[in-house]
Order: sequence, then C-alpha cells, then structure tokens
Amino acid sequence: MRWTGRDLRSLAIGLAYLAPSLVLFAVFVFIPLGRTFYLSLYNTRATGAFTTFNGLDHYVDLVTSATFRSGLVATGLFAIYTVPIGIALGLLLAVLLNQRLRGISVFRTMMASTIAISAAVGALLWLLLFNPSIGLLNYVLSLIGVRGPEWLIQPAIAIIAVSITTIWLTLGTNIIVLLAGLQGIPEEIYEAARLDGARGVRMFTRITVPMVSPSLFFLLVVDTVAVLQAFTQIHLLTRGGPVDATRTLVYGIYLDAFQNFQFGFASAESVVLFALVLALTIIQFRVVERRVHYQ
Amino acid sequence: MSDGGGTAIAVSRPRAASVSRPRPFAVRKAGAYLLLAVVAILVAFPLLIALSYSLMSESDIVTFPPPLFPAHPSLDNYEKVIATIPIGRYLLNSFIVSAAVVVGHLVTASLAAYAFSFLVFRGRNLLFFVFLSTLMIPWEATIIPNYMTIRSLGWLDSYQGLAVPFMATAFGTFLLRQAFMQIPRELWDAARIDGASSFRFLRAVVIPLSRPALGTVAIYGFLSTYNQYFWPLLITNQTLMRTTQVGIAQLRFEESLRWGLVMAGVIMVAVPTLALLVLGQRQLIRGLTAGAVKG
Repeated sequence: MRWTGRDLRSLAIGLAYLAPSLVLFAVFVFIPLGRTFYLSLYNTRATGAFTTFNGLDHYVDLVTSATFRSGLVATGLFAIYTVPIGIALGLLLAVLLNQRLRGISVFRTMMASTIAISAAVGALLWLLLFNPSIGLLNYVLSLIGVRGPEWLIQPAIAIIAVSITTIWLTLGTNIIVLLAGLQGIPEEIYEAARLDGARGVRMFTRITVPMVSPSLFFLLVVDTVAVLQAFTQIHLLTRGGPVDATRTLVYGIYLDAFQNFQFGFASAESVVLFALVLALTIIQFRVVERRVHYQ
Repeated sequence: MSDGGGTAIAVSRPRAASVSRPRPFAVRKAGAYLLLAVVAILVAFPLLIALSYSLMSESDIVTFPPPLFPAHPSLDNYEKVIATIPIGRYLLNSFIVSAAVVVGHLVTASLAAYAFSFLVFRGRNLLFFVFLSTLMIPWEATIIPNYMTIRSLGWLDSYQGLAVPFMATAFGTFLLRQAFMQIPRELWDAARIDGASSFRFLRAVVIPLSRPALGTVAIYGFLSTYNQYFWPLLITNQTLMRTTQVGIAQLRFEESLRWGLVMAGVIMVAVPTLALLVLGQRQLIRGLTAGAVKG
C-alpha cells in the first residue's frame, strides 16, 4: 500500500474540510482527556500548577476513601431509581400516544415538552413541589392519608427526590424515542397476533416489548450515561447533601476540584467516570453489532 | 457532549396499534381523549403550577391548602424579576453564546460531513471513527483541564470561553453525513464535468438540498447550549456575563426564597425553549430518533 502523490493530495483536501472540527476536538476533547490522566498522577496546587509526581497514590486513596465509595453507591442508587422507572413510564406514555386520533399531536407535544426544559428549570420546579410547607406533593399525599417525607432533608429520601426530578426531565426523550420505535412495528404483526387470540397485556408483553427492545436498550445506555453526568439538579436541589447522600461521582469531581481545589485527586475521579461511560458505550456498540449481524 | 451514538434510520410513517374491543366507538374515543388529557396535564403539571404561582402574590402562595389558581392574577412577579436581576442581559448572553455555537456547528459539521460523504481519501474511515469516539468521552471527565485551558487563555467571563469549546459536533456531523448521502451521486458527477470546484458543489448544491437536516442540527445546538449550567457556572463570575440558567438559579440561593419571583423567572427562561419545541418539533424528533430505532 504505497502512498501516491494523488493519495496525498486527496488526503490533504479531506483534512482541510475536517480541520475545523479536528482542531476543536483536539484542543477541547482529546488533549484534555490525556491531561486528565496526567493530572491524576500528580499533586497540584490550587492554581493548577503541578507540585510532585504521585504515581498511583490518588487511585489508592480512591479505593480506600469512604467518601468515594459512598459516592459510587449514591451514583448506583441514582441510576437504579431513575433509569428503569423512567423507561417504563416512557413506554406506557408512548403506547398511550401511539393512537390514531385527531389532535393527538397536541398531546404528544405536551408530554414531550420536558425535552425542551433545562435541568436548572426542572430542578427549580421540583424544588417547589418538594417544599414541605407550601409544596403540593406532600399536600396531595396528605389527602390520601400519607404523611409526606422531608424530601430534601432525609438522606435516603433526598436521592429519591433527585431521581424523581431526573425521571421527569428525561421523560420527553424517552417518550419520543419509544414512540418512534412503536411506529416502526408493522401492523401485520399485530394482525397476526390478534388472529392467534392475543389481546391487551399479552399483546403488550409478547409483541410490543420485544419489538421495541432496540429502543429500550438504546435508552438504557443513554439514560444511564445521562445519570452518570447529572450535575445541575443535584447542585440546585441538595448540593450533594444531606451528609453526602447525593454526592454522586460527578458531584464529587465538582466538590474536590472546584471547592477543595484538589485537581489531582478530582482528575483520578474523572478517569473513573470516563471508564464507566466508555464501558457502557462499548457494550452498546457490541450489542448493536451483534443484532445487525444476525439480521 | 451527551449526544447519542449509533446508526440513524428514517422513522416510518405513523401507524396505530389499537386493540379493538367490543365497545361503542364514540365512548371508546371519549375515554381515550379523557385519559390523554389527564396524563398530559400530569406530565406538564410542574410547568403549569409554575405558571400559576408566577401570577400569585407571595402571601397567596403560603396559604393552606396550597392554591392551584391565582385568586388575583397579576404580573407583579415578572416586574420584580426584571427589577431584581438583569434578566435581559442574561437572555442576551445566552442568545449570543447559543447563536455562536449554532453557527459553529453548521459550519464545522457541514464541512466535515461533506468530506465523509463526497470526498474519497485514504484514512477516511479511521478519521470518522475519531469523530465518533468523542461521543464516548463525557465532558465532565475533561472539565478540569478545559477549565485550566480557558483560564490560561484569559477567557473566563467571556463569550468565547462559553462558546468555542462546543463549536464542533460529532453528532451533528453524523446527522449531516446521513443527509448528504441521500443526495444523488449523479449531481456530483455532473458538477465535476461542468468543472465546479468541490467547495462550490457543497455551497451551491449540497447545502440547499439539506435544509431539514441543517435545521435539526441548529435546533439541537441551540437547545443544548441555551440549557447548559455546569460550564457557565464554572467559568463566569461577573454578574453581567452570567447566562440565563445560572442567573435564574441564583434566585434559589437568596436569603429569603420568594417563590412567586423564582417561578416568574423560570417561566421567562423556559419560554424560548418551549417556543422552539413547538416550532421545531419535527426537526427535534428527527434528531432524537436517529441512532435509536434500528441498530
């Protein structure tokens, strides 16, 4: 495979078109990723200046740090509370919206409206609903005889409050993706199942769910990655508290880097975050590849 | 940077999957509308209650039971927001930064997508993989070095610091490449025979034929930038450089939380994105479902 002058010329032209993107990716994605690894091996001052080479000490500290471990637990709980319920709710609403009715698009827009809502706005809306004295959530609960919790003050409940907010914020995306999945199911499959006597719940579990499984799997990965990256709702609802109950991996990076100015240690945490997202993305590509392979 | 990956596919036309039951048609239809209306109101409830509270006085808000509708609707809270914080300046900042990112995305992504769809050169697939790999790197994992870069450039509290790091987009490049590949190859051959340069072909043929996809990229760029919180929080300190999301969240950290004021601010911040949702719904759905439906 020798490079001819023509090869080089066409490569140069191609690179010229790619250059703006490549330069930006290099400066703001690839080099910073390398620097994150590099920083994680050093002690740093608040100015960001390196002081001493530290080897893997920060990683050893991570493994032994109770705060970091509880942070991973908080992140895991956050994902477990948010992702399955968010997807299930999205699927229910998408089925509801997948009807041929006049004016259905109005309902679709209303239910998908959270895709346009920022995490900051969503967090402020739920901050009001969670408020123990004037919030409507506990008032509604009191109507059915339930004494609502102090949502943002009890540690075990605070992470649930953050999860509820996040479920609401991702609902619009989940609905739209699943609705598109439902619309891709050929009508003949339903016809055939109906002839076989399938109805209601059975139709849903035997036909609908398997047929939208690619969309469900896509959302499983995308929503989990979104939870791993969630910052705003935690910052505005709980600031990582009470007693670190909502100090997830990303929030820990923020606190360690930009409140405690331990850039080296926070960089080691960033490497863990990167590894988790990378693993999830690779799993996604693998599964997609396998499915395409068997088609 | 939290764009989804995967392969894009067109969404097929809507089909209904209604399960037929022996019930009068009109009754069934009314029931469907009633259910849709109730669920849609529940989903949009946090927004609706914010709108209602923004029109109430603080003394109405703290009455018990919590009121659903304002007894004496007034725009006082909106006037107070304008008097309390420079919301006009925040909106201006957000629009400048978002517009800059949109222009950046359209330019960098069309150039790159053009190279990936029409130009032939060695290493093209490898470079495309380099682009896609940026989707696996969470922005939060590189935020420490990026903060250092912006600080050393002297770009803290600046529009370029807020916009430039986000001006390239792998997801947008991917979407545009899909659109460009729909353009008949014969047009390209004809243009070459006529002696048109490759850049002229991009400008005169490819761009005008790809308006819908460019619209999708623009709406995505705008929404994701306008709704950012973490990055502008980190790199802006001066009040006059704050963006809307950060500026509005400051109301939450004031000593006495005035809920009517906060909700008025929230509505003012959310209106531009909700308007965009209504106007650009089709483009948004196209973007969201790319990568999801089929693998």
